[in-house]
Amino acid sequence: MLNRTLAPESKQVDEISFIEPLKQTLDNGIPVFTINAGQQELVRIEFIFENVNWDPAKPLQAVAANHLINNGTAQLTAMEIADKVDYYGAFLQTEYGADQSSVKLYTLNKHLASVLPILHAILNESIFPDQELGIFIQNQKQSLQVSLQKNDFLAKKHFANALFGETTYGSNIRPADYDELNRLDLLQYFKAAYKPGNCTIIVAGKFEDTEFHTLNQIMGRDWDNNEPSEINKFTFDPIAGSDIFIEKPDAIQSAIRMGTLAITRNHADFPGLQVLNCILGGYFGSRLMANIREDKGYTYGIGSAISSLKDAGYFFLATEVGADVCQLALTEIENEIGLLKTELVGEEELDLVRNYMLGAMLGSLENAFSHADKFKNVYFSGLDYTYYGNYIKTVKTISAEHLKELANRYLNISDFTKVVVGKK
Amino acid sequence: MVDFHRFSLANGLRVLVHEDDTTPMAVLNILYDVGARDEEQDKTGFAHLFEHLMFGGSINIPSYDEPLQRVGGENNAFTSNDITNYYITLPAVNLETAFWLESDRMLSLAFSEKSLETQRNVVCEEFKQRYLNQPYGDVWLKLRPLAYKTHPYQWATIGQDLKQIEDAKMEDVKAFFKKHYNPQNAIMVVGGNVKTADVKALAEKWFEPIPGGEKYHRNLPKEPLQTAAQRESVHAEVPLNSIYMAFKMPARLHPEYQAYDLMADVLSQGQSSRLYNSLLKEQQLFSEIHAYITSSIDEGLFVIEGKLVQGVPVGTAEEAIWTELKRMAHQEVSDHELTKVKNKSESIMVFAEMSLLDKAMNLAYYELLGNAEDLNTEIDRYLSVTPQRILQAAKTTFVEEQCSTLYYLTAKDA
Repeated sequence: MLNRTLAPESKQVDEISFIEPLKQTLDNGIPVFTINAGQQELVRIEFIFENVNWDPAKPLQAVAANHLINNGTAQLTAMEIADKVDYYGAFLQTEYGADQSSVKLYTLNKHLASVLPILHAILNESIFPDQELGIFIQNQKQSLQVSLQKNDFLAKKHFANALFGETTYGSNIRPADYDELNRLDLLQYFKAAYKPGNCTIIVAGKFEDTEFHTLNQIMGRDWDNNEPSEINKFTFDPIAGSDIFIEKPDAIQSAIRMGTLAITRNHADFPGLQVLNCILGGYFGSRLMANIREDKGYTYGIGSAISSLKDAGYFFLATEVGADVCQLALTEIENEIGLLKTELVGEEELDLVRNYMLGAMLGSLENAFSHADKFKNVYFSGLDYTYYGNYIKTVKTISAEHLKELANRYLNISDFTKVVVGKK
Repeated sequence: MVDFHRFSLANGLRVLVHEDDTTPMAVLNILYDVGARDEEQDKTGFAHLFEHLMFGGSINIPSYDEPLQRVGGENNAFTSNDITNYYITLPAVNLETAFWLESDRMLSLAFSEKSLETQRNVVCEEFKQRYLNQPYGDVWLKLRPLAYKTHPYQWATIGQDLKQIEDAKMEDVKAFFKKHYNPQNAIMVVGGNVKTADVKALAEKWFEPIPGGEKYHRNLPKEPLQTAAQRESVHAEVPLNSIYMAFKMPARLHPEYQAYDLMADVLSQGQSSRLYNSLLKEQQLFSEIHAYITSSIDEGLFVIEGKLVQGVPVGTAEEAIWTELKRMAHQEVSDHELTKVKNKSESIMVFAEMSLLDKAMNLAYYELLGNAEDLNTEIDRYLSVTPQRILQAAKTTFVEEQCSTLYYLTAKDA
């Protein structure tokens, strides 16, 4: 007779294999890191550029240049660019991040040689037409107006601004800021940032010598842009804890976001802090979820994370809770953080979290794209794959005492910036 | 190409296996053939609430999540108007844990009062977070009853209102389980670093002892042909006026389904699409404009939605949409346009094969539709669509009497 009360035998994940990229260089000096893997005849090519020349008076310069880079060249209109990319079934995405801006191409290999010239045109000859900029300004302002009515968006924005001020990490964009954008500023940024000396290419998918040759032929020539640039560099002083309350009298839920400056991936404590974070709010079974969702039913979801940017790391937790239980939820959050600082995590819970994190790491290496993402995490932090070895070792061995130490070092709620949008 | 093997257990459970040894992971996906369309009018939101309760412990295992996390696994689920789908991903070496957990909750839930009480609250908070406390969040709560008068697609999966969720009783939960959650109403897909023979042995061990239960025979009221335009205007605290237009379109298995999907792509897929260029870029009437289909199993909706540029009269904007739709109904799409959207569909299908979970979910869904093999031939049905068929689809569909139009307006325009 089958005994359904007994769990089947199981094993902790032992082997986690990372695919390290092949490094090559285009004729114009751009480094290319390739994860050549996968069964499908497709590839993702990311052109990644460091963000440069930050000017707090022009907080939208870099993001607008990134967004509008595919909206017209000397030869092609925005519509023609889009039509060519779409015709080959390819996807062209622009992405502006806190530290880097990128242009990403997803294509089937059979169309690679047809779509790369479009990319070359975009990265060399974009002209940022006034007409397109006007439409961008109008529509982005409207989109921001909608976002500003969302409590979670407001909480995120005020939290980032409190921690990071007027930098790319925290800039408090207002609709009126869009009106300051002008074509010349975009061109200037384009010429300074989108050049081979500031570019890294990350490739993932089926990518053999033939494909590399195609890439080098089209993108390895000299590019036109070559204005001077300085990579953004920020320093942040610790700030005193504060409470920010934005009242929304009609809110039926309140958005809560709180946290503090912490450490980046380069710091020796980072993997350990990730284990601590996982216990607190990093997975479905976390203490915050177990208490505030599964026991109390105050929320649909609550989570926490440590984010590592180039020049700063920070811890935060976020949720949206019923407006009538906001205070109760805040108290429970404080209690959960307090427990981590005063009591040792039990062996059973710690074992579970170790196994969960190892399984999650294994599962996050699903395909060529995810292996490339793992590479980017370490490469842009100035680290190498020993980071992951160390991470896995930490997950397997960190002690409850060490976790308590980390909680006392990094999770001091009196230092937190606490934002509530809605009703308290 | 997604290869698979298929077998059935004596109790009626259908099992598909997709072997993929490029990953160390495994997926176990179970699709239950029940969605919000199977709910009673006065107990809407129940299929979704029930999905939450499936994580509240089963007859022999008090916690569902904990033992799974302990072996390095993760899980989640979603409910739609048509189906409820549960999935687990975990290291393939620990596959049996997934069988143990999934089979026990198919056998019977614990039916704990505490779980019901908590999940009623959680789902109410989900209702608030996603539908009530967001600008435009309740659009589908208004658009569905405008477009459907008889068919249960007239309510959203979250339910018609908070009250019906708050009123859910344990006896309803038990009846729902008995009616829908049994092997005959489920399709299981196991994928990843697994072998079919092992999966078969595990399925026989854990699932075959579960009683087959009664087969649920769906008999839903049919939506009559819409013969009069439906219109509604609502005012809310939102910054921008917006328009939603919904037309009836054929069911998922209708031979013209793919023509409709490609028609939506011609109108709205990417920055080279018609609505984007005409209405957003050239005429600058909209700051966002989209066309898409709901892809539902019964007769679905072809939807156009857009947010208006401030100052544009809503009637002018609606007229401009109609001009594009009439153009679609009077003139064939060009070969260039059609090739473009077909190429895009092909790309999307190949990229979808990058994800083990997507492959498993797709196999289960196509098996529900009739035959998992159709997943691998779906692209051919897209490639065979002609300009004439899209023209015919547009002629049949874009008729004023069959349109349900919702104006969602700023309070200051009231």
